[in-house]
Amino acid sequence: MARLIALLILTNLSIQGLFAQTKISGKITDQKKQPVPGVNILIKDSYDGGTTDANGNYSFIANDTGEVVLAASMIGFDPIEKKIRLTGSDINFNTVMKESLNELKVVTISAGTIEASDEKKATVLKPLDIVTTASAQGDIVGALKTLPGAQQVGESEGLFVRGGTGTETKTLIDGMVVNNPFYTAAPDIASRGRFSPFLFKGTIFSTGGYSAQYGQGISSVLALETQDLPDRTSSTIALSSVGIGVGHNQLWTEKKMSAGFDLNYTNLLPYFQLIKQTPEYTRAPQFSGGSVNFRKKTSPSGIIKFYGYFNLGDMGIKTLSIDSTNGFKNLFDINNNNIYTNLTYKERLGEKYILNIGASYSTNVDKIKTWTDTIRSQSDLTQGRIVVSRGIGRLSIIRVGAEYQYSYDAFKIDGRNSFSRYHRTSEVFDNYTAGFTEADIYLTTKLVWRAGVRAENSTLINKLVFSPRTSIAYKVGEFSQVSFAYGQFYQKPDRDYIFYPQVPGYNKATHYILNVQRVDDYHTLRAEIYYKKYDNLTSTLNDTSNSGTGYAQGLDIFWRDKKTFKGVDYWISYTYLDTKRQWLNYPKEVTPPFAATHTTSIVFKKFFTKLNISTGVTYSYATGRPYYNPNNPEFLKDRTIDFHTVGINAAYLRQIGRCFAVLAVSVGNVIGNEQVYSYRYSYDGMRRSAVGPPAKRFFFVGLFLSFGQDRSKEVIDNNN
Amino acid sequence: MKKTILIALIALTSIGVKAQNKKYISAMEKNVAELDTTRDATKLQNLANNFERIAGAEKAEWLPNYYAAYCYVNMTYSTKGDMIDTYCDKADKFINKADSISPNNSEIYTIKSQIASARISVNPMSRGQKYGTESAVLRDKAKEFDKTNPRPYYLEGTAYFYTPPMFGGGKDKAKPAFEKALKMYETFKPASSISPNWGKRSTEYFIKECDKK
Repeated sequence: MARLIALLILTNLSIQGLFAQTKISGKITDQKKQPVPGVNILIKDSYDGGTTDANGNYSFIANDTGEVVLAASMIGFDPIEKKIRLTGSDINFNTVMKESLNELKVVTISAGTIEASDEKKATVLKPLDIVTTASAQGDIVGALKTLPGAQQVGESEGLFVRGGTGTETKTLIDGMVVNNPFYTAAPDIASRGRFSPFLFKGTIFSTGGYSAQYGQGISSVLALETQDLPDRTSSTIALSSVGIGVGHNQLWTEKKMSAGFDLNYTNLLPYFQLIKQTPEYTRAPQFSGGSVNFRKKTSPSGIIKFYGYFNLGDMGIKTLSIDSTNGFKNLFDINNNNIYTNLTYKERLGEKYILNIGASYSTNVDKIKTWTDTIRSQSDLTQGRIVVSRGIGRLSIIRVGAEYQYSYDAFKIDGRNSFSRYHRTSEVFDNYTAGFTEADIYLTTKLVWRAGVRAENSTLINKLVFSPRTSIAYKVGEFSQVSFAYGQFYQKPDRDYIFYPQVPGYNKATHYILNVQRVDDYHTLRAEIYYKKYDNLTSTLNDTSNSGTGYAQGLDIFWRDKKTFKGVDYWISYTYLDTKRQWLNYPKEVTPPFAATHTTSIVFKKFFTKLNISTGVTYSYATGRPYYNPNNPEFLKDRTIDFHTVGINAAYLRQIGRCFAVLAVSVGNVIGNEQVYSYRYSYDGMRRSAVGPPAKRFFFVGLFLSFGQDRSKEVIDNNN
Repeated sequence: MKKTILIALIALTSIGVKAQNKKYISAMEKNVAELDTTRDATKLQNLANNFERIAGAEKAEWLPNYYAAYCYVNMTYSTKGDMIDTYCDKADKFINKADSISPNNSEIYTIKSQIASARISVNPMSRGQKYGTESAVLRDKAKEFDKTNPRPYYLEGTAYFYTPPMFGGGKDKAKPAFEKALKMYETFKPASSISPNWGKRSTEYFIKECDKK
């Protein structure tokens, strides 16, 4: 009874307590003492609270009494909670809110790195930009050639970056090395990349100073990251002037698993019959291939991905022999088989750790026939990779990883010369192991320091090398930052030299890069100066050795603007390159044939919303490049004419029922001007022939149909 | 005596509950009424804060969370770029809370669909396919959960309206959807004074826009 009365009294007291009101007011500012408007400041679990006005001031009445929690929150700021006591007498509470960490406000390491990604915000390109760049013809490398640092080399495939050769750029898919990223081609005709840009959600094109995660590329790294699960189930059909393709991707319910395939067949014969080619093809290039993929989410943070690719290609070409006066033609006939497989697993372990594991097997076999020789060349690569990352605090991260690669290279030649037949075979095995550790340490949100080291050993060379890498980046303004990178890089000698009795050692480069960039939603401005020193380059002057040396220095500028002209997106890149090297059979340090002093690209894109036509124009220019003239006593002193090319493309997009159709047209070198990449001289130096593209212009027409199983009406919502 | 006190106690408590309920309804009514009259970002932020406070105090109610999400998704229309995603993230937080309190709710799925289509505008070229599909799937669910709710049809109209004809959209396709929505608005009765009842005036506005050449 007494307890009940006590309870009743207490209840009454508390009810009375409700009427004791406390006025709470104050001002909320940020770290720069600026008022923060719109903050929700409240007594937790109650109705009482207010919102700060334009001057950061607030005031409200709290109806509770006793100990309560006062909380303040606002988008873009860390929330604040504070215990206070309400007694009925006014409370003045002023506070400072800290801006919360936001990807865009935090400095990132940008020296030497150009990234295309949908997920990260402050990137130079989006994956779609690669597909829509005129002159790229849907080739990743073709699009990257319009970026600063890359050379306009037309006679050989690959990315020639800052004075480096095509083989000095390493291509990786999900961290795993791709040995043969390009279709096999005839001499002096560049081939396309094997992989479709639609496979990848992210592309990192690094022109130097890159992370210790990457090895065996002394000039550049092209790191491609494959897509995760697709958005929906869909089928595709591609019909074009060069071939046909079909594909299907199945996404299972709950969106946890997907599998897909594609098959394609390319034959350039009909096209070559229509458009005359300079070389005489005995067999027009023909490729049949396909790919399979499987992706499964093993947990909310875990994913397994498999990608398998195969391709069979062949072609034959006859070219007029420069040494012959009676019209003798050289023959080059090639059959290529290529398989690439890649299996990766990514998972978060606990709160702090992320595990990445990968395995890959690939093989490439070329069978080449000339009038005199039959050559079979094979290279296989089996590799495994593991990387464990650990987050420290909110931003810093440490990565530790190990790689193992087993490679097998072989060739067999059956040939004859004027006197006799000969037969040669050779096989080379290599066990390559590497380990690395690297830390990104955020000293503040504006200052990050990356330090790493990579240890590598190849049993073929039998030497362990350590390459230190470091970079530092500092955010100077809301959109601007400066960064510096330094690194040492090693690479095994090119495949051509590993069969030599005395295998030369690692080639080495040391990079120094200073980068300034400003990136906002609509504009990008980047400028980079660099100095690169080459040591231990492969030399064949006397015997095969590593006595080659060289340097490269220059300036890269990139400007992109998506805003000034309505519906227009354009970028301009400029590359200044000063490089010399003594390597292979060079008698002294000279500028090599793959380096132009000035290179510029202008890429222009416009989308006509009403017509649903997207158009693009790319203009590229490069000053003449050195070529070897035996009549000139000075080695590689001659220069070709300047290089100009204009590529155009247009795509018409349309939804027809459940089918989404794209009709694409593109023309390479539309002005049809003369292009000379180099010259080849006869032995006696009396005659020469120009090396150029196989035809003046390149035409492409394609129809791509995509059938969505889901609703796809709102493919492009135009409400921005 | 015991009994009397007990009765008194029960009476007091129930009055308390009633008072609380009345307080909730009147607070909600006041804010919902203001919501009808504003598209201004600062006012929407104020209202979002008010709804967030009510949601914090009334943990069993889905409507305060629903309206907080509604405020944030409407704030995306007066901003651009990354801020759209930031508002959408915030709206997602509230609507998911509402969804956990009241599952399979047509009104909640309507907002979810609206958030997905708001995200498209950050980058229509690269996001159109993903979020367009997501928005349509959520909208279909909203229709399924309440066949009398006009709002998913209104959203369908806007999706058609803002999609170019060659991608399967256009005014011609938008108009029937808006007309259907308008017909449903004529008969739609909100469950209470604070239940969702928006979209009719916008539907009428869009029908006029569809008729413009």
